[in-house]
Amino acid sequence: MSKITLKVNGGTHTLDIDPSTPLLYILRNDLGLQGPRFGCGLGQCGACTVLINGVATRSCITATSAVKSEVTTLEGLAKNGVLHPLQQAWIDEQVPQCGFCQNGQIMTAKALLDKTPNPTDAQIREGMARTLCRCMTYYRIQAAIRRAANVKAGVKAANGPAMVTEVVA
Amino acid sequence: MTTFTNIPKQIEEELSRRNFLRSAGMLVVSLSPLVTLPQTASAQTPAASPRAAGPYPDPNYKQLDSWIVIHDDNTATFYVGKTDCGQGTGTSFRQMMSDELDIAYNKTSLIMGSTDVTVDQGGSGGSDAIQTDGWPMRRVAAEARRVLLELASQRLGTPVDQLAVSDAVITVKADPSKKVTYGELVGGKRFNVALTGNNVDATTGVAKVKTVQELKFVGQSLPRYDIPPKVDGSLKWAVDVKASGMVHARNVKPPVAGAKLISIDESSVRGLPAFVKVVSKGNYVAVVCEREEQAINASRQLKVNWEKPATAPFPASEDLFKYMRSAKPTSVGRPVEVGNADAALAGAAKVIEAEYDVPFQGHTAISPAHAMADPSNGQMTIYSNDMKSYGMRNGVAQFLGIPREQVRVVWMEGPQGYGRTAADDAGFEAAFLAKELGRPVRVQWMRQEETAWDTKGPAFTFKMRGGLDAQGNLVAYDYDSQACDYNHVGYNEADTVLIAQLMGIRKATPNAGGGDRPSDMYAIPNRRMATQVVSLPLIWETPLRTGNLRDPNGPQVTFAAESFIDELAAAAKADPVEFRLRLLNASTADDAQFKRARSIACVKAAAAAYGWDTRPSPKPVGSGNILTGRGIAYSFRSQTVVAEIAEVEVNRKTGHVWVKRLVCAHDCGLVINPQSLRGTVECGMLHSVSRTLHEEVTFDTEKVTSTDWTSHPTLTHMDAPAKIDVVLVNGDPNPNRPDLPHYGAGETTCKPTLAAIANAIYDATGVRLRRVPFRDARVLAALKAAGV
Repeated sequence: MSKITLKVNGGTHTLDIDPSTPLLYILRNDLGLQGPRFGCGLGQCGACTVLINGVATRSCITATSAVKSEVTTLEGLAKNGVLHPLQQAWIDEQVPQCGFCQNGQIMTAKALLDKTPNPTDAQIREGMARTLCRCMTYYRIQAAIRRAANVKAGVKAANGPAMVTEVVA
Repeated sequence: MTTFTNIPKQIEEELSRRNFLRSAGMLVVSLSPLVTLPQTASAQTPAASPRAAGPYPDPNYKQLDSWIVIHDDNTATFYVGKTDCGQGTGTSFRQMMSDELDIAYNKTSLIMGSTDVTVDQGGSGGSDAIQTDGWPMRRVAAEARRVLLELASQRLGTPVDQLAVSDAVITVKADPSKKVTYGELVGGKRFNVALTGNNVDATTGVAKVKTVQELKFVGQSLPRYDIPPKVDGSLKWAVDVKASGMVHARNVKPPVAGAKLISIDESSVRGLPAFVKVVSKGNYVAVVCEREEQAINASRQLKVNWEKPATAPFPASEDLFKYMRSAKPTSVGRPVEVGNADAALAGAAKVIEAEYDVPFQGHTAISPAHAMADPSNGQMTIYSNDMKSYGMRNGVAQFLGIPREQVRVVWMEGPQGYGRTAADDAGFEAAFLAKELGRPVRVQWMRQEETAWDTKGPAFTFKMRGGLDAQGNLVAYDYDSQACDYNHVGYNEADTVLIAQLMGIRKATPNAGGGDRPSDMYAIPNRRMATQVVSLPLIWETPLRTGNLRDPNGPQVTFAAESFIDELAAAAKADPVEFRLRLLNASTADDAQFKRARSIACVKAAAAAYGWDTRPSPKPVGSGNILTGRGIAYSFRSQTVVAEIAEVEVNRKTGHVWVKRLVCAHDCGLVINPQSLRGTVECGMLHSVSRTLHEEVTFDTEKVTSTDWTSHPTLTHMDAPAKIDVVLVNGDPNPNRPDLPHYGAGETTCKPTLAAIANAIYDATGVRLRRVPFRDARVLAALKAAGV
């Protein structure tokens, strides 16, 4: 056990913990930040993703002692009660099914858009490729990322993802 | 109240409701900083809270108060015995009930699935939420409206027929200044109105439900209320529940199927920090520690001596289909027969035969199984995402040997269930450990454990024969299927849930498992459909235990059935859409014309939305590296019909298949929430795209070898189609019928996707793939073998 100081979502926390503990368990069980979630513990699915110094990082395989910069979790994205454009786009596109993986989807998309504000479809696919969704909401996630990128760029919001035709016969 | 009901509001309402319903003393809720208050209860204050104290009698479905509470502020809370697997059914329930009650949608909220406060509607399953359970919800809401009108009539001294009601305000038609709100009439009080019905599905008052034309919220794409808290991180899930004194447990599974525990060396973990206990019974082993990461470490370090079984529990996955074809069936279904298939085959101008194989496929939910059980106050509360929470309550009570009134299951959101949580191992394990330790215990499975040991959709083999006459008409059809499904686990059964099996408990008669047949409406004069179930050598304590996986058998069966129809169309040199329409339009004396008409409407709608070019498959193979093609398949599930078209790109150099476009024409009758339905349809299709291209449970002769996201690949963002078109065909032939019913939509779209993709690949390449998944190597080998 040793004392570790963590900066998370603008706050500073000093904890007496085993420094090798993966960050995920500290966030969830000690700091009550449960946006990041356990999906695999192997760094394969992305459900545990947080931003560390702006980089999408898998907290399930990141030792807490290795965290040297401020951590941002899903709970830290909204500013002054206003949702981040990505979160708003997720609502506008009605992205989630169960929603369990969406923390990782949103946080990974945040890192993607911060680096590449106007990604091509191929860049979105590649940037998100390792973040898994077992409800298969990929199509709507990609539409939401395009919408958020357009909103940030001041482009009028795109239409919904699907060219939906309602035939009421 | 806002449109989006969040969980804290629900807690508040729930607690206030229980307070007045029980007429108990003051309800004290304490929230300590590191304790997360679950959605419906404060387990931390058993002495002060009448709710937590228990016991927990069943809410009476024959009491209106069990379903609807009107608050002083003229809002309403609905209580329904359903859970949501991620399709947003809660929003749809609120739409239906708001309409019948005549209250604005955004003045309502909804509580689902917790066994002590909602009537037992069975949780989720069978895509019946809207189709079946929506009816009692509508009827009880209509009854509440009727009762409120009666009360208003007395209050205002005006006959009911001279009153008008709008948005929870009742006015005198002749003098709108005379009015009274629902809240003023019954806010904070009980209705005390008895309902009737022999079972919960039949629950009704005396009021009639509204006609379709009178419904305002039904049919609107209202945003799902559960989405905002899911994207801002505020929702508390079953994985998030904590309680004072809670400890963490991890299981230690046998390293090979059927292994027997010989001994445990507890000294291997006793010195670890915050170690609490090793608990074992039979072959069930768990390690308990104060902290989560400590439990994980301890479970990895615990030394356990296992004895391997004397004989192999199952063949290796590459030998599975050969094994299944030579296995003696454990049961043979009575064939469904029309005409004489054998005689017609003997007389056919052309006979086509084909065999298809679908391997075991797992749930592999994004989160492994989890639950928290709290034994406080001599009761047992389980916080769980179990889709069948009521069944878990009964199963746990039986498993622990305690009265069911002492058990409650608090349902909370979790990863997609689709059947996995209908046999919810973690809830039973948490309850067992909590009883053993006398402390709240949180159980979470690890990834490899979940992927290896979750329940599996049964593997199938199929043998099909079809006969065409000289004009290319299908005159004979013979379907023979084998499902590897013996000892299929039941819903939260105390004698088939995995912890029970590992403890040596055996159900006296193993579940027989089920075969299944195609669900198309083709009129074929001579048809036989036969089913068999076969068994693996090991049926207990095996990671290859079968359970329901989203439309349990439909994707497998429809893969074979609709691939084969395409093979027959190709043999007849007919366009795949035209061939199907010809079969749907053929004359027959059966009574399925209603379903047939809706089938035709869907097939035509899908073809029109896609822009289908009429021609036989395959098309001439192109010259470039990327070959494109399109395929169609269609299916029924219960009363819901879908036709799907897949457009694919096949890379002839790598064998990679990209499903570039999907079209679905979907008819589930009256649509409650079109946007929500579209999401369900899209994701249902993509779930099956994943099953078509990626998913297979692999195993050697002693254990499952597909255990994580590398060895068990899934669909990723790279696979997402460029375009998905969903056509909602509300295809009742008479849409103005006042009783146009609402059918189910959770699973039907999963069924035809596999065949639509196989048929598209055939169209593009001329190569017929008869074994899923279509991973790159398998496709490439097939292309090479065919010289493509």
